[in-house]
Amino acid sequence: MNGLALYWRYIGISVRSEMLYPASFLLRLGSQFVVTIIEFAGVYVLFERFKHVRGWGFAEVALFYATASIAFAIADGLSRGFDSMGPMLVKTGNFDRVLLRPRSSALQITGREFALSSVGRLARGAVALIVAIGLLKPDWSAAKMLLLSWSVAGGASLFFSLKMMEGVMSFWTTEGLEVANTLTYGGEAAAQYPLDIYAKWFRNFLLYFVPIGCSLYLPVALVLGHDTGAPAWLAVLAPATGFAFLGVALLFWRFGVGHYTSTGS
Amino acid sequence: MSTLALPYLSVLRVRFQLMLQYRTAAWAGVATQFWFGAIRVMTLVAFYVGTGQQPMNLPQVVTYIWLGQAFLAMLPWAPDAEIAVAVESGNVGYERLRPVDTYFLWYARALAWRVANTALRAGPVFILAALILPLTAMADWRWRLPTGGAAAALFVASITLTALLSSAFTALLNIVLVHVKTPRVGNFAMGFTNLFSGLVIPLALFPHWAQPFLLWQPFAGLADIPFRIYTGALAGATAAQGLASQVLWILLLVLLGRWWLARVLAHIDMQGG
Amino acid sequence: MAQITVENLGKIYRVTARDPGLAGAFRGLFQRRHREVVALNQVSFSLEKGEFLGFIGPNGAGKSTTIKILSGILRPSSGRCTVSGLVPWEQRIAHVARIGVVFGQRTQLWWDLPVVESFELLRDIYRVDPVRFATTMERLVDMLKIAPILDTPLRQLSLGQRMRCEIAAALLHEPRVLFLDEPTIGLDAISKLALREFVKELNRNEGVTVLLTTHDMHDIEALARRVIIIGQGKVLRDSSFEAMRNEVLGERRLIVDFADDVGEVAVEGAEVRARDGRTVELTFDRAKTAAHTLIARVAAAHEVVDMRVEDPKIEEVIARFYAMHGAVEA
Repeated sequence: MNGLALYWRYIGISVRSEMLYPASFLLRLGSQFVVTIIEFAGVYVLFERFKHVRGWGFAEVALFYATASIAFAIADGLSRGFDSMGPMLVKTGNFDRVLLRPRSSALQITGREFALSSVGRLARGAVALIVAIGLLKPDWSAAKMLLLSWSVAGGASLFFSLKMMEGVMSFWTTEGLEVANTLTYGGEAAAQYPLDIYAKWFRNFLLYFVPIGCSLYLPVALVLGHDTGAPAWLAVLAPATGFAFLGVALLFWRFGVGHYTSTGS
Repeated sequence: MSTLALPYLSVLRVRFQLMLQYRTAAWAGVATQFWFGAIRVMTLVAFYVGTGQQPMNLPQVVTYIWLGQAFLAMLPWAPDAEIAVAVESGNVGYERLRPVDTYFLWYARALAWRVANTALRAGPVFILAALILPLTAMADWRWRLPTGGAAAALFVASITLTALLSSAFTALLNIVLVHVKTPRVGNFAMGFTNLFSGLVIPLALFPHWAQPFLLWQPFAGLADIPFRIYTGALAGATAAQGLASQVLWILLLVLLGRWWLARVLAHIDMQGG
Repeated sequence: MAQITVENLGKIYRVTARDPGLAGAFRGLFQRRHREVVALNQVSFSLEKGEFLGFIGPNGAGKSTTIKILSGILRPSSGRCTVSGLVPWEQRIAHVARIGVVFGQRTQLWWDLPVVESFELLRDIYRVDPVRFATTMERLVDMLKIAPILDTPLRQLSLGQRMRCEIAAALLHEPRVLFLDEPTIGLDAISKLALREFVKELNRNEGVTVLLTTHDMHDIEALARRVIIIGQGKVLRDSSFEAMRNEVLGERRLIVDFADDVGEVAVEGAEVRARDGRTVELTFDRAKTAAHTLIARVAAAHEVVDMRVEDPKIEEVIARFYAMHGAVEA
């Protein structure tokens, strides 16, 4: 059985154990939808009062909001296992069990837990996308659609890598690492608006250091026909940084597992 | 009185000690709160550029956001972890074996958790946002001091009520947990809590027609009321209304919690073995 | 060549020390102190195919550390070790595909899943051929008598049932080496006996090499032909169990119930160890005095209701051994 098929087996199990408590499952699923939609409603409240933000209107921001939410939802759905692995696996020594199986440890963690909240986020992204499309009435070519998908893929890969690095850190801390949220959840929150509304240092941080903007700002602005100062070819290539980051994260993961096997629990 | 309160005080002390052990979490929490605060400040600053008269001016909104970050741990995020464990293992019936009022034991634990968490995190956020930020190029984004002695005094009263209100919410979450008998329930109403406590958007920035309703709903007392009092956006008679709203909801939620818990515990089956 | 070779294995841990109390908790926010603990010190042994080795020692002696290194989840600080020609921690995936491991206090299986589904998932994880898997599973299910509980989620099973499923799970991919870390911990007497019987057969009939750690000396007595005693990270003894028993406690006991109150009991070749009313416990050296000689001497001198000869209890043997070698930290 190949890795992907095994991954789906794992996810199936995780979802089924959720379903063992149907009341809680439905309650949480429902609340996830409400929570995430409410957050988007918050953006609407601001535009209702202020009309626009540095030249961007609600519909345009909704498109940024949609790509960031969808990219993060995908990454979150795949990476929740890394979130809780500090207290659940490292601290308790249950990571041993992962190592006792003849499969890639990263793959096993990826499939360990399915995050219900990612369904809610995906729904929020979908709502934002529908709102954006409904209001913009865009005349999008296939190339632009492709560019948006590519932007989402790069963003998802980047967020996934960040989550994985968070997991690596927990080999040392054995705790959940709230500070990593600054880049993951914080990154998503920042990318929900076009980066040029922020202070310059912050924009540069998100373009060059943790290149969330390369996937979720430059290409989306290009689709909207907004000048960011970056040439179009660069905006098209930029999401590749998300995949480069994934390579770094995998190397880092091997290093972390090496640390675990030399200290035990 | 002192012997009567002793069990609850012990619970408080042990909780506090336990929490200090999570040192990485404590530092990380501060950094995270500061960072998220900065993002939200920047977003709102961007919205305020070139805008006219608003119900709260920019310095007020910025301070409001920092208060939100500093007192984030005060919100009823999730039910008591110990009770979640007890529900999962089916041992929740044993809560009745303790010779104290179960509701107030839970309430004391929730209060300890909220206060300890907040005490640990609010200080550093204040140092960063109110003392260090003014020394940088971003001085405009700083956390400002209260507008006057009256605002400061009213804020202390109001934030105390917030702790009491939040604990009442937490106790209710515990009861829901026991009632539905499934451990995996967080605060399923967190979305509402966030939005209607003012943490997503300050409630004053909502449309004008919604304001009276917003002041009198239970979540406002968790953040918006003390924060608006602090920044001077809520003063005089409206500030008094805010405090009244908090007191009212504390009483209602405690009464509801006690009544509901009594019913739930009466119907619990202890698992034999 | 030996199936398992362990040469000069050493392991040093760094542990964090924390001061007690509220003040200590505050201090811990800013600094942590470390100290080094030697868990294994120059441990060497080797194991041939089909051997059954019992690994015993007091808590913290290094048993679990050794098993973890052998199963590839822990990297030693020094020394070498191979299992079927592979270095466990360097060729983890290839290695763990060929071994079976059961940790008595940990589960291999999925808590919420019916047992059979866990098994099928393990089949996919270990890439076991489905036809071959069906045969193996049928055999294991039959031998361990778990057919009636296959459709039950793990969390609803008793500890004994769970352990039988764990053993089956560890063997589904037909490993040639089996590591059992405290498999009988917490089990009731019947489950223990069943488990021992199964493992014994597995070793004898199928030639699976077994390495067992346990606190239950009856496990060792019933199963292990060879015993390694480990204490404070060092191998203290590596021999057959009988040899060790004879060396440590060559004495036997004769327990006599007298018919009347006797005064001083003096028998040649034996000493009084304890007495309780009319029951007197004598000890003697099996090398110097034969049991029947001693019985004859006692019977000749006194009116006797009953007599029985006993070997010292195995726990006593081990405790005596640990004490002799300073194996337990003061």
